[in-house]
Amino acid sequence: MKQYLLAVHMVEGEPAPSEAEMQRSYKAVDAFNQELMASGEWVFAGGLLPPDTATVVRAQGGKVVTTDGPFAESKEQIGGFWVVNAADLDAALEIATRGSAACGRPVEVRPFQEVPE
Amino acid sequence: MPAAEPGADGAPSGGGIPEGIVFARIFRESSGRAVATLARVFGDLDLAEDAVQEAFAVAIERWPAVGLPPNPGGWIVTTARHKVLDRLRRESTRSGREAQATALLGAADPEPEAEPVADDQLRLIFTCCHPALAPEARIALTLRLIAGLQTPEIARAFLVPEPTIAQRLVRAKRKIRDAGIPYRVPRDHELPQRLPDVLAVVYLVFNEGHTASAGDSLTRQDLCAEAIRLARLLHTLMPDEPEVRGLLALLLLTESRRAARTTPAGDLVPLADQDRTRWDRELIAEGQRIVRDCLRRNQPGPYQIQAAIAAVHSDSTRAARTDWRQILALYDQLAAIAPTPVVALNRAIALAEVAGPAVALESVEALPLDGYHLYHATRADLLRRLNRPAEAAAAYNTAIALTENAAERTFLATRRANLS
Repeated sequence: MKQYLLAVHMVEGEPAPSEAEMQRSYKAVDAFNQELMASGEWVFAGGLLPPDTATVVRAQGGKVVTTDGPFAESKEQIGGFWVVNAADLDAALEIATRGSAACGRPVEVRPFQEVPE
Repeated sequence: MPAAEPGADGAPSGGGIPEGIVFARIFRESSGRAVATLARVFGDLDLAEDAVQEAFAVAIERWPAVGLPPNPGGWIVTTARHKVLDRLRRESTRSGREAQATALLGAADPEPEAEPVADDQLRLIFTCCHPALAPEARIALTLRLIAGLQTPEIARAFLVPEPTIAQRLVRAKRKIRDAGIPYRVPRDHELPQRLPDVLAVVYLVFNEGHTASAGDSLTRQDLCAEAIRLARLLHTLMPDEPEVRGLLALLLLTESRRAARTTPAGDLVPLADQDRTRWDRELIAEGQRIVRDCLRRNQPGPYQIQAAIAAVHSDSTRAARTDWRQILALYDQLAAIAPTPVVALNRAIALAEVAGPAVALESVEALPLDGYHLYHATRADLLRRLNRPAEAAAAYNTAIALTENAAERTFLATRRANLS
């Protein structure tokens, strides 16, 4: 059994979805999360507040520097994520397909490094 | 038999040994099945491929000296399996890999059947063509693992530097391993989504061989032969899939015109001007038989329709006898299920024959194909027929600038020069 990060993409500055679309996606994601918990695929999930709420900490070389704003300079940011159990990539992609349809956004699937026994 | 290329197969350079070429080809034909069998036995694609590569090195050294083994496929599997076992025994003494190596040794002990299970090859093909891999990676993996082409051959075929192909293969195999791409045949309900990717890879390989995107010669025959081999393999493994049949028929019918497509000097001869007596009658017969079969089963799809269009062309002994109305009707059917700009462009060529160049030109004006050289070549031809030479010349110029294939450029330049 492997674990995968399913990261939801969002683009800063893109127009906000309509009220109807937001309602639809909340309901759909909620139902999707229930399915994941029931099947045992759920490890953890959550939506993130926007990138302007982020803070970056650099603690290297004995110095600590704290900066406002997300790490990535790009407009593309993570909006939220699921961590799931899946036997292989096909299983993870199937979960991501349902997740992407539910939240109405692209979902990136990244495998976690295997923890050595 | 192609002229011997020194070093291409590991044979000593300086003329090459024709025998070595033959052995390399025989090895190639069996290596795909060997990789498939060993991947099943060891559950590891990388291990299987490395082992077959090592077996290749032994074969190329030994076969010219002692002769071809009676069962080359069986010889490769046995030799490669021993290579894997040797490697696993060496690695099992290194800490950290003991458990894995022992498990694999245990799994590998029973002698695997020399003849692969049909599913082995399907598993391999679908894994190589997995949608999570980049398209170029799928092509390189398929040519390497299934067609057994060596890295230099793949590089030469696509006019890409060898290190690029090598890197592509390394990354692809790493992704298969790290992302956990499973080594299995898709289930029936997944096939509609997965099969098109496999067919697309085979089609891309054929297309590259049919009209090389760059370079001096119009075609690369070996690539077309490889693509047809892959299409035949798919047809053997999945005989009930309509689009698999359609693709094979399309490739056979397209390939049947090879001898007539170029002059001895390597210049392009368009379909309308080809000497049809030089078309391969056997390939046409086989292709048409498959098309008739597809029509009977009536489960149409894009490859089958394209094959039917090719079959209509093959029916006519002279260009003037071409049943353009039937071709147009087929393009209408194709456009309904695959409404792409390229289909619209090809449909326009048939439309010009049925309704005249003016109507056809109108149908292509708005197509978003500005970067496609055949779009401009088609427009140029229609403008030429409408007696608008200045605009035709401009379109030919754009077309020439967009293709790196020397034979195509020469052809287009000649057409431009012949404008009044």
